Amino acid sequence: MIKVRNLTKYYVRNKALDNVSFTLKEGEILGFLGPNGAGKSTTMNIITGYLSSDSGSVEIDGINILENPTAAKKKIGYLPEIPPLYNDMTVKSYLEFIFRLKKVRKPMKEHINSICEQVRISDVKEKIIKNLSKGYRQRVGLAQALIGDPPVLILDEPTVGLDPQQIIEIRRLIRELGKKHTIILSSHLLSEVQAVCDKILIINNGRIVADELTSSLTGTGASTEKLRLIIEGRKPQVQSALQKVDGVTNVTYLGEAEKGCCEFTVDSRRDVRRLIFRSLAKTDFNILQMTPVELSLEDTYLNIITGKSDIKEADADVSNI
Amino acid sequence: MSAIYKREFMSYFTSPVGYAVLAAFMFFSGIFFYYQCLYTGTTSMSGVFQSMFLIVMFIIPLITMRSFADDRKNKTDQALLTAPVGIPSIVISKFLSALSIFALCLCSFLIEGVALTILAKADWSVIIGNIFGMIILAASFISIGLFISSLTESSIVAAIVSFVVNVLISLLDTISYTAHIDVLTKITDAISFQGRYGNFALGQISLSDVVFFVTVTCLFLFLTDRVVERRRWA
Repeated sequence: MIKVRNLTKYYVRNKALDNVSFTLKEGEILGFLGPNGAGKSTTMNIITGYLSSDSGSVEIDGINILENPTAAKKKIGYLPEIPPLYNDMTVKSYLEFIFRLKKVRKPMKEHINSICEQVRISDVKEKIIKNLSKGYRQRVGLAQALIGDPPVLILDEPTVGLDPQQIIEIRRLIRELGKKHTIILSSHLLSEVQAVCDKILIINNGRIVADELTSSLTGTGASTEKLRLIIEGRKPQVQSALQKVDGVTNVTYLGEAEKGCCEFTVDSRRDVRRLIFRSLAKTDFNILQMTPVELSLEDTYLNIITGKSDIKEADADVSNI
Repeated sequence: MSAIYKREFMSYFTSPVGYAVLAAFMFFSGIFFYYQCLYTGTTSMSGVFQSMFLIVMFIIPLITMRSFADDRKNKTDQALLTAPVGIPSIVISKFLSALSIFALCLCSFLIEGVALTILAKADWSVIIGNIFGMIILAASFISIGLFISSLTESSIVAAIVSFVVNVLISLLDTISYTAHIDVLTKITDAISFQGRYGNFALGQISLSDVVFFVTVTCLFLFLTDRVVERRRWA
């Protein structure tokens, strides 16, 4: 559905994208991960035809965006990082404008109404966009992308700035949309991408550093697990007991949490919670608290970088296309 | 294309800009009409049209300042440029909507013409000819204004630069009067907006003047298109 080949883009002398390639099949949801300034938005802007690349090509459903931009753009719904809203219009007139702009051939009123219901903005349809809250603005932006029912949706950080309730709602909506659409979404939250996407693409400094299925990424590259433990007992004994547990790679002493209790972090190659529980149960050390430490994107990213076997250079990927 | 035209046109009336432009234009056209027709007791509106050149020069930057600058500032250009619409259609839609606002301003002349008809015998061929002349003069100024607006993200900067450019254009005649250099005089005469517009105001519509303004309009619309396209490659 989406074929991106060897995209390279310079901003003046700065290389913003370096040989970025990936493909996406129909109905897949791709998560685009990376720290700020990694090149996520630039890639998305090139795919949607807002920017041009210095070299490389983008094909949407077999149509090259440079050769036939109008036909290719018809197949894309795009929610940029900042929703492209006209502040002086009402939600309804704005969506009608987008409907006409995209030259959609559907009954306008029904189409807009059903989208408003889908993204839950029916109650603010008559309001002027200027007066909407951030969450509603984001949803109007999403509605704008959905108009015309394009087969491809490109969503640039769709949940940034929303409250937790709204984030859950939008994620649910994206999963629902994923049944009918091919979606690329960007984020700097690993958990978000894990929750929503089939495939993950990690990008840094304009280069793709990992291109994996979500399941394999969590299974291999990010396989280091981290636990925080508070254990009743003396430091040396507890530490050596923990180190004896099968699968534990590293034990770090953090300090005395409460009187007579020590706090540790434990790194392991796999899930060792049960093993730790059983082996400590055989001793006198009581586990007072055991918390999995969630890996941030940076940790995962570092893991991928350091675990050399997991690095997939963009060059290597070209051969798969 | 009609979607952008309609939105742009309506946007002049969701902000005070459209009303301010209309009010200012009608106010000045009314004053000039009073002094140059009613007060002096003539039915010739040529003087009114001559005087309005200055007002057109100052009002058009207000009409064009926001068209591309605001789109860039609010990132709404992303909606336009990722929609299945070509850049030329975007430029032309914005141009036509600005021209339509200006055409609305010209209604004041029709009212004045009717007033003259009631009082005496008005020369409608001069009035219609003048309105036509003013529209193609405005088309040139609008295309220059759009071009300047496409170069910046700030509508204020766009307005100021457009003012300056328009004043420079009107100064061309002064240069040709004072310089006394034959070649220079010939060049400035050829590209003088005021001189060519003056012919319209007197009721003479010549093909060369029409071609001149149409060429300037097309040139700057083309340049605007290039600027917007070029930015995709920046």
